[in-house]
Amino acid sequence: MQITSRAKRVDKKPFTFLERAYLPAIFGGMVITIKHLFKKKVTIRYPEVQREFSPVYRGVHMLKRDENGAERCTACGLCALSCPAEAITMTADERKPGEENLYREEKYASVYEINMLRCIFCGLCEEACPKEAIFLTDSIPTANFTRDDFTYGKDRLVEPLVRPVKHINAFEEERRTAWNKAR
Amino acid sequence: MSTIFFLGYKTILVTMVWGISLLIAMYATLMERKLAGFLQDRLGPDRAGPFGIFQPLMDGGKLFFKEEIIPNDSNKFLFILGPSLAMFTACMTSAVIPWGPDLNLFGHTIPLQIADINIGVLFVFGVVSLGVYGVMIGGWASNNKYSLLGAVRASSQMISYELAMGLSLIAVLMMSQSLSVKEIVQQQHGINWNVFYQPLGFLIFIICAFAETNRAPFDLPECEAELVGGYHTEYSSMKLGFYLFAEYINMFVSSAFMAAVFFGGYNFPFMDKIANGNLLAILGVAVFFAKIFFFIFVFMWVRWTLPRFRYDQLMKLGWQILIPLSVINILLTGGAIMLKNL
Repeated sequence: MQITSRAKRVDKKPFTFLERAYLPAIFGGMVITIKHLFKKKVTIRYPEVQREFSPVYRGVHMLKRDENGAERCTACGLCALSCPAEAITMTADERKPGEENLYREEKYASVYEINMLRCIFCGLCEEACPKEAIFLTDSIPTANFTRDDFTYGKDRLVEPLVRPVKHINAFEEERRTAWNKAR
Repeated sequence: MSTIFFLGYKTILVTMVWGISLLIAMYATLMERKLAGFLQDRLGPDRAGPFGIFQPLMDGGKLFFKEEIIPNDSNKFLFILGPSLAMFTACMTSAVIPWGPDLNLFGHTIPLQIADINIGVLFVFGVVSLGVYGVMIGGWASNNKYSLLGAVRASSQMISYELAMGLSLIAVLMMSQSLSVKEIVQQQHGINWNVFYQPLGFLIFIICAFAETNRAPFDLPECEAELVGGYHTEYSSMKLGFYLFAEYINMFVSSAFMAAVFFGGYNFPFMDKIANGNLLAILGVAVFFAKIFFFIFVFMWVRWTLPRFRYDQLMKLGWQILIPLSVINILLTGGAIMLKNL
């Protein structure tokens, strides 16, 4: 029975004189290596040149603010529930009077932590979020010396009030169109 | 006056040849790494200075600042003698190589060769044989079984291939009727190069040169898999650097020797058209160095193409193939010379 079309018959003929002389094969090999001398190199000179990420790349998360600068997250816990790696934990709290400019709705997350060592960057939290509060950006988590440093709290997750240029890809509409295009 | 002049220009020449061979060996390490990168679709070292040109300085500096370890159980005198001898013999061979046609300066004829001894080829072989001692003494003095096995392997390889190397050269010597390297080069005037008369001899010689310099595909003495590091397992710091560096100097010198004996040295086609003697000398030196660089390139090209031989294959190739082939080559050359003289 033939399983694959790529099967090759093994030929066990003794070597001819030319094959035993090695030299033609050696010169053939040298021609192959010299061709590689002129090929385009795959190396990227990293700090100066950075690899271009896919438009739908999933990197470090960001907790978004609304157009008034208030945090969108209402600590509903759907992201934590959807997370297959169980990387997200949060503590909900009630908004006090006078904090309307900080939190959009009456409930907010006083603690919101993602363990980047557990996270598999699947993006299910982004899909689960009913408030469009969490998004995955195109930046990668930095290296750290301790495990604790990989648990990102709100200080590192909440979107800064001044939007850095680097995270431009994270903005919702652009991302969605790019995602649709890639599909 | 003429004695002082003689001593003066010989000193300058010796210093220049020594400095240039060290410089070339230094930059051969960079070239090797760059070429290895290019042949594997990488870039190679490019961080130290533009295109990584300071990389050899960095490597040398690093080796100098590494801790120098001399094992307690080693024979200290021989332990230090080993790398010194390797370096010494590597630097000495270049004395008989003619780097270019004679220069005419200040009414004197200045040959661009340190010593035109009438047994130049024998001198080269003698010094190259001494090179085995550097490896052997280093491996033995380390008092380490891996070093010793590596040294035994290296020296048996070098001794076996020296035979075929000498025999392949005998055919050339039969044609040139001289052992002086300068005379051999002068006989290859223009494009009358020995390689066209001795292609088989050249092939045997270049294979043996790979084996003599312990380079791939014959780099068995350094075998991480079964010998830890080979004969220099116990060496550190600049003593290790000397061993590694001697390999590159050997590569340069054997490239120069091959270019001189088989590829016409400083001779190039249409060299008679150039009337000015000094211009011819400068062009000759340039041509000679171009040939040397080509051979250094071939050394590296082969290293990054071929896998290494197994030890029994190495010995079989040396004793059962190369030596009989070079004997046949001698017989063929003898027959051709006899027919020509009939």
